[in-house]
Amino acid sequence: MEWLNALLAQNDIFNATTLAHYWSGFVTTVQLVFVSLLIGLIIAVPLGILRSSKNPWISRPIWLYVYIFRGTPLLIQLYMIYYGVTLINGIQESIFWPIFQDAFYPCLIAFVLNTAAYTAEIIRGAIATTPRGEIEAAKAYGMSRALMMRRIILPSAFRRALPAYANEVILMVHASSIASVVTIVDLTGAARDIYARFYAPFEAFIFVAGIYLCITFLLIYSFRKLENRLLAHLKPLS
Amino acid sequence: MSPFCESVPSTFVNLCQYGPPIIDGAIITIEVAFLSLLLSVMLGLLGASAKLSSNLILKGIATTYTTLIRGVPDLVLMMLIFFGGQMAMNNLSDWLYDTYEWEIFFNINEFFAGVVTIGFIFGAYMAETFRGAFQAVENGQIEAGKAYGMTPWQIFIRIMFPQMMRHALPGIGNNWLVLLKTTALVSVIGLSDMVRLASEASKAVHEPFMFFIPVAMAYLVLTSLSEWMLNKLERKYSAGIHRGAT
Repeated sequence: MEWLNALLAQNDIFNATTLAHYWSGFVTTVQLVFVSLLIGLIIAVPLGILRSSKNPWISRPIWLYVYIFRGTPLLIQLYMIYYGVTLINGIQESIFWPIFQDAFYPCLIAFVLNTAAYTAEIIRGAIATTPRGEIEAAKAYGMSRALMMRRIILPSAFRRALPAYANEVILMVHASSIASVVTIVDLTGAARDIYARFYAPFEAFIFVAGIYLCITFLLIYSFRKLENRLLAHLKPLS
Repeated sequence: MSPFCESVPSTFVNLCQYGPPIIDGAIITIEVAFLSLLLSVMLGLLGASAKLSSNLILKGIATTYTTLIRGVPDLVLMMLIFFGGQMAMNNLSDWLYDTYEWEIFFNINEFFAGVVTIGFIFGAYMAETFRGAFQAVENGQIEAGKAYGMTPWQIFIRIMFPQMMRHALPGIGNNWLVLLKTTALVSVIGLSDMVRLASEASKAVHEPFMFFIPVAMAYLVLTSLSEWMLNKLERKYSAGIHRGAT
C-alpha cells in the first residue's frame, strides 16, 4: 500500500477517484463484451447450421442478415438501434421503457446482432470445410442428417472454427470501445471523461490502451492454450 | 430549397434537404479510405521489410509496432492521436516560441488525424499480411533472379512483387473491407463524413432511419463493389496458377 500511495502522490491524474472510474469502466466493458459474445454465440450456432442448408428459403435470408451486418460499420448499426428504439410506437409507455432508456441495452442488442453475424459466417465456413471422408463415413454408418451433424460435423467444425472465433472475440473487445459514443462509460468512456476533466490526453488514453493490450494478450494466451488442447490431433507430428 | 424538393411529398423533404450534404460526406469517407489505404500499404511494406530484415533494431521496432497497434482499439488510438497530437503540436509551438521566438501554430485537423490514424493502424495489419506473402515466394526464384544478374530492385519489381501480390491480395482485401468500415469512426472525432452528417440530420428531425439507412446502403455498395474488384484482381494475379477442381 505504501508504494502505491507514493506512486499515486506523484501525479494529479491517477488518484483513487479516477482509478475507481477506470475500474467501473472496465467492469462495463467486460460485461458488455461477455454477454454479447455469449448471446451472439447462442444465436450464431443455429444460424450457421441453417446457413449451410440446401434449401434457399432457409439459407438466403440468413445470407442477407450476415451480408448486411458484415457489410456496414458497427457504429451505424449502433446508431440505428440506439436512436431507432425510441421510435417504436408506445415503447415509452410500455414496461420495456426502463430497460431501453438506458444506453446499455440498445448497445448490447447492436453488439449481439453484429457478433452473431460474424460468428455465423465463421461456423458456416467451418461446416463447409468438413473433410468429405468424414461425411461419407458417417453416411456409411447409416447416420441420419441430424445425428451426423451432432456427432460428426459440428464437433470437428467447432474445432476448426476456434482460431477464427478467437479473432472475433478480440475484435469484439476492440469494437466495444464504440459503446462510449452513446454515453456508456466503458473503458474508453472513462478515458474520455478523465481526458476532459484533466485535459491530459496522453495519460488518459495511453493508460486505457495499456489495459486493452493486457486484455488482448490474456485472450490470445488463453485461446492458444485451448487450441493446444482441442486441436492437438491436427498438429504436425514433428 | 430547390424546386424539386418542394414538389416531393413531405416525408421525403428532409432527405431532399439533407441528401446532398450526405453525398458530400460520402466523398469524404471515400477520400479518407483511399488515402489511409495508401499510407497503410506503404507502412505495411516498410514494416514487413523491417520484420524480415536481419537488423535486430529494425526488427524490434516493427514487431513492437505491429503488436501494440493490433492490441488496442482503433477508437482509443484515434483519440490518442487526435487529442494527444494536438497537445503535442501546441507544446511544440510553445517551445519554438520560447527558444527561437518563432510564432508558428500547428493545427491538426480531423481529416489529417483520421487519415494518419487509420493508415497507421492498418499499416500494422498490412505489415503482417505482406510479411507472410514475402515469405511465401520461393527462395529459388530470388536466387534465379540473382543468377541472371538482376539488381535487388529489379528482383523486387519483376519477381518478388508480382508473386507476393498473389499471396497478399486476400489479406489486403480483408484489411481494406475492415478499413472501409473503420472510417465511420472518424465521425466521432468530428470529421464531417457521411456518418456524422447522418447523425446530425437525424437528431435534428428525429428520423434516424431516414438517414442511417441510405448511409448503411452506401457502405453496402462500397463493400460489395470492393469485393467484386478484389475478385477480379485475384484472378489477374493468379494467372498461371492451377485452381482446385471447384
